Amino acid sequence: MTATEYHYTTYIKSTPEKVWAAITNPEFAHQYWGNANFSDWKQGSRWEHRTTAGAAVITGIVRECVPPKRLVLSWAGTGDHDDPAKHSRVTFEIGLIKDMIRLHVTHDHLVAGSDMAKGISGGWPRVLSSMKSLLETGIPLDTWAGFESCCH
Amino acid sequence: MATDDDVFKALADGSRRLILDRLREAGGLALGQLCDGHDMSRQAVSKHLAILEAANLVVTVRRGREKLHFLNPVPIHDIAMRWVGRFQTKHLQALHTLKKALHGDPP
Repeated sequence: MTATEYHYTTYIKSTPEKVWAAITNPEFAHQYWGNANFSDWKQGSRWEHRTTAGAAVITGIVRECVPPKRLVLSWAGTGDHDDPAKHSRVTFEIGLIKDMIRLHVTHDHLVAGSDMAKGISGGWPRVLSSMKSLLETGIPLDTWAGFESCCH
Repeated sequence: MATDDDVFKALADGSRRLILDRLREAGGLALGQLCDGHDMSRQAVSKHLAILEAANLVVTVRRGREKLHFLNPVPIHDIAMRWVGRFQTKHLQALHTLKKALHGDPP
């Protein structure tokens, strides 16, 4: 079993608070992600990634939550929530470089070649492009249709 | 900050596209590992990596003494979505799959 990791960076003309809200506020996330993340965002709490129909497709635990800078989540298919060995990890880091926001997403502790590793490697670029588009132009991209299906 | 011009210039070189291919197959390679199997000099690979990093196509992470390189496909996706409309993605994917199949490549 080989562990693998992915790193994604995007630069967005926005504020740290707006980028944070784009990740953690379901009303915001529905606009560009389609799916959205639900939690009370307290360390140790459960979080869920739900489709617009309300079905949880990904769940995990909030490992670190430092608004509006750093969010660390464990990440697993809903059926694997109770098996810590099947949780991967997603870290969102929001920084300011000149007048741009640098959003860095790390998805690690993934099993190489697993369905989750294959699914997310196509999913994150779509999500981040759509987030950037919504924050900068007010118009999201219609890119989440494929993401939902790749998370199962 | 990387502009679309930086991304196109970075991609307009076969050696740099080969480096991105390598990183797509295996992320987290150090400079030495990226030089293996290339007939490029270490200096040339290093120079190409700097251009790819400036274009945000490669993201680096420091781990101990090593600097590891990862493919960051987000700028390519941003550019693609600029010209691919809301409803075209599936049609283009179908054409791409067909073309791959006709060439005998795996999808």
